[in-house]
Amino acid sequence: MATGIKDKVAILGMGCSRFGERWEVGSEQLMVEAFNEALEDAGIERKLIGAAWLGSALDAVNVGNSALPLATALRLQGIPVTRVENMCATGTEALRGAVYAVASGAVDFALALGVEKLKDSGFGGLPVPSKGTMNDLWMPYCSAPAGFAQLASGYGARYGFSREELKRALAHVSWKSHQNGARNPKAHLRRPLEMDAIIKAPIIAEPLGVFDCCGVSDGAACAIVTTPEIARSLGKRDLVTVKALQLSASSGRESGTAEWDGSSVPNTQLAARAAYREAGIGDPRQALTQIEVHDCFSITELVTMEDLGLSEPGRAVADVLDGRYDADGAIPCQTDGGLKCCGHPVGASGLRMVYEHYLQFLGRAGARQLPKPRLGLSHNLGGVPYNGVAAISIVGLL
Amino acid sequence: MNGGIGIKSFGVFVPRARIPRAAIADAHAWALPGLKSLGRGERAFCSWDEDPITLAVQAARHCLVGQSEGPRTVSLASTTAPFADLQNAAILSQALRLPETVTAQDAAGSTRAGLRALVQALESGNGGRALVVGADDRRAKPGSTQELTYGAGAAAFLTGDNQPLARYLGSYAASAPFVDHFRQSGAPYDYYWEERWIRDAGVAKLVPEAVKQLLTRIDVPAGRVAWFGLAGAPSGGDALVATALGIPRERLVPDLQGTVGDTGAAHALLLLAGALERAKAGDVVVIAAFGLGCEAVAFEVSHPPAASPYGLAAALGRKTVENSYLKMLSFSGELQLDWGPRSETVIKASLSQQYRSAASLAFVGGRCGKCGQVQFPVMPNCVNCAASGALAPYPLSDEPAHVATVSADWLQYYPAPPLYVGLVQFEAGARALMEIVDVPAAGIEVGAPLNFVFRLKAHDELRHYSRYFWKAVPAA
Repeated sequence: MATGIKDKVAILGMGCSRFGERWEVGSEQLMVEAFNEALEDAGIERKLIGAAWLGSALDAVNVGNSALPLATALRLQGIPVTRVENMCATGTEALRGAVYAVASGAVDFALALGVEKLKDSGFGGLPVPSKGTMNDLWMPYCSAPAGFAQLASGYGARYGFSREELKRALAHVSWKSHQNGARNPKAHLRRPLEMDAIIKAPIIAEPLGVFDCCGVSDGAACAIVTTPEIARSLGKRDLVTVKALQLSASSGRESGTAEWDGSSVPNTQLAARAAYREAGIGDPRQALTQIEVHDCFSITELVTMEDLGLSEPGRAVADVLDGRYDADGAIPCQTDGGLKCCGHPVGASGLRMVYEHYLQFLGRAGARQLPKPRLGLSHNLGGVPYNGVAAISIVGLL
Repeated sequence: MNGGIGIKSFGVFVPRARIPRAAIADAHAWALPGLKSLGRGERAFCSWDEDPITLAVQAARHCLVGQSEGPRTVSLASTTAPFADLQNAAILSQALRLPETVTAQDAAGSTRAGLRALVQALESGNGGRALVVGADDRRAKPGSTQELTYGAGAAAFLTGDNQPLARYLGSYAASAPFVDHFRQSGAPYDYYWEERWIRDAGVAKLVPEAVKQLLTRIDVPAGRVAWFGLAGAPSGGDALVATALGIPRERLVPDLQGTVGDTGAAHALLLLAGALERAKAGDVVVIAAFGLGCEAVAFEVSHPPAASPYGLAAALGRKTVENSYLKMLSFSGELQLDWGPRSETVIKASLSQQYRSAASLAFVGGRCGKCGQVQFPVMPNCVNCAASGALAPYPLSDEPAHVATVSADWLQYYPAPPLYVGLVQFEAGARALMEIVDVPAAGIEVGAPLNFVFRLKAHDELRHYSRYFWKAVPAA
């Protein structure tokens, strides 16, 4: 009988590169930057790492296929290194690989590292995916914001919000993240924004303006995991353990049948349900002290509040405007600025979110330190709302 | 003669975009003020994703509405068909989901090709049902007279011998080495000789003679001609010929010069549609096409068609006036805008993938034999119940549907921004992410009803390959 992952694996050390337009460095230096911080934090020697997972989503953009980019950058000789890719859930997938390896008893120490070097692509937003033999005979080419903007049309239609009402709540989502990002020295975008500027920004994909979209940046994030017993034996206190790691992938129902009304992301709901069960969480509104969600676009974050069960269906607009998810709200969301201000180096984002929780738990979050962080959820959405993957990890103090 | 063979049905399609000719003339006024004299009326032009094949598909679909018996042959006449070696009519036939035993044939080389193909079908001798489509999207050099006078459109005719709308009376064709215009293979534009020479030495002499020969051949006096139309001639050519023949001017079919523009191989067929829509039972219709001689055809109308949303009058009414000359230039490829790095995507088509996707490309989905779910595309397992191999073909192009979700995408490279994209919900249960085109400036909302059109999906500039798929359009 499966018992789940709860408290079987501890995070021994974490690292995160500065996110941003890192014109001066390549993906190898980003990996080393994150890894060196994590290794020092873990307090172990590199040779103790028994297995490693590399998360990198866009193979054509400067990281490359296979284990080699990680093994070469970190000079990991003779250990199993695996590259994983699952769109925007890639970083969380790398963590899942490392955590499962430790939980299985196969290794004592495992490494998860996510990295992306987007800014060498020459694109302002996410680069256009390479086609390969992808069947685009009938699928329309559309941008990521247009994929997620479908949520706005479905949500507005279901709950009867006008474009203006929705735009106001979406602006608050971005405004809040910019307030938070200003307090994170590793964030890409560190300038607070006026609400009016957000609402009036040029449209990227109706109704999303440029400030409804997350930044695109370079970055890497890294975790070294082990068992709680080993962590204690190394003298660690205030252990941060993994409470849940769940993932849900579309089978095509949302985009192929009439079931989905466009107002939610079923994958998030399914992954959240499984994660709460795995973590033993009854009421997430009471249990979670902070969340980092996949705010690739403001509408995604808004809808995610409902999909995670933190706002009642149709109530996220009001809750967001009430400041429920602001840094001083009931459930602070994106205390590090989120994808919005950190930017979204795809393979790194899932691990960057866990890094923020980890800093908060250990009292290392500086100007953005929360008073009593205990249990944090992070959430990634890959693909598009109607056809993709949702990953949820829950971490907390043991 | 030829028993009772004639026209069973017809359909017309004119691209929605019309530009006032004055907008073109105004754009050139700094250099070519003389064009202002042509600045009355408007012309039709293709969107970036329309070409003679897509025009032909729409006209043919209009023609085949309500026809229980389909054609045995398909001809596509065009002087601007996209492929030189790859049968354009075959793509048309596949889009129409016609049986594989239907023979397809291209006709080209002359603006007379449309009328010629129709005559060939009528004279094939077996009384068989043939689908004849004329379609052209005529390219003209910026600043040329033709840029104002050319247009785009398609007309389709289904022939047959059982109670036709109009009975075929006969035809006459004569060749003459009178080169009014030409375009060598691979050349971008037509080259014309002086219009006065074309009119006075060509049209005024060759066309009346051909029509006289036709009327003699079928033993119909000119006074019985109720409707006369002339394609391929300069504006006013039809009146000149009518006078020479003693046909009153009010019997001229409107020449479409100031509404659609000259549609080349399609034009005589568009005029025939216009005549049939005006005719009453017993009327004789004569349509002529000028070009290296002349072709003339006569019909007697037996069952005048009822007003229909699929004919010429309806096509003339379905329009969006576009005042941007630059937009027309960009759509036709005359102006290459800098669309940025997002337009650099590789869009090479896999021909093997295309072949095994033939049903999907004809917009045929599947209906699960186990649970009844209709779906697109067809995958090995049902999207609803995961049953394997249980899907029966289910065509979707004529199914009612509406917008489930939508966004206007300004980021993605798209030749007619913004790209409207969204989930299309079919009443039958299927759902698919699709491009939505011909969206009015006000946009489109969730719940809006949709129809489907066959359009260019992508054009591979590097390998010169156009591929096609269906797109949603707001239902009229």
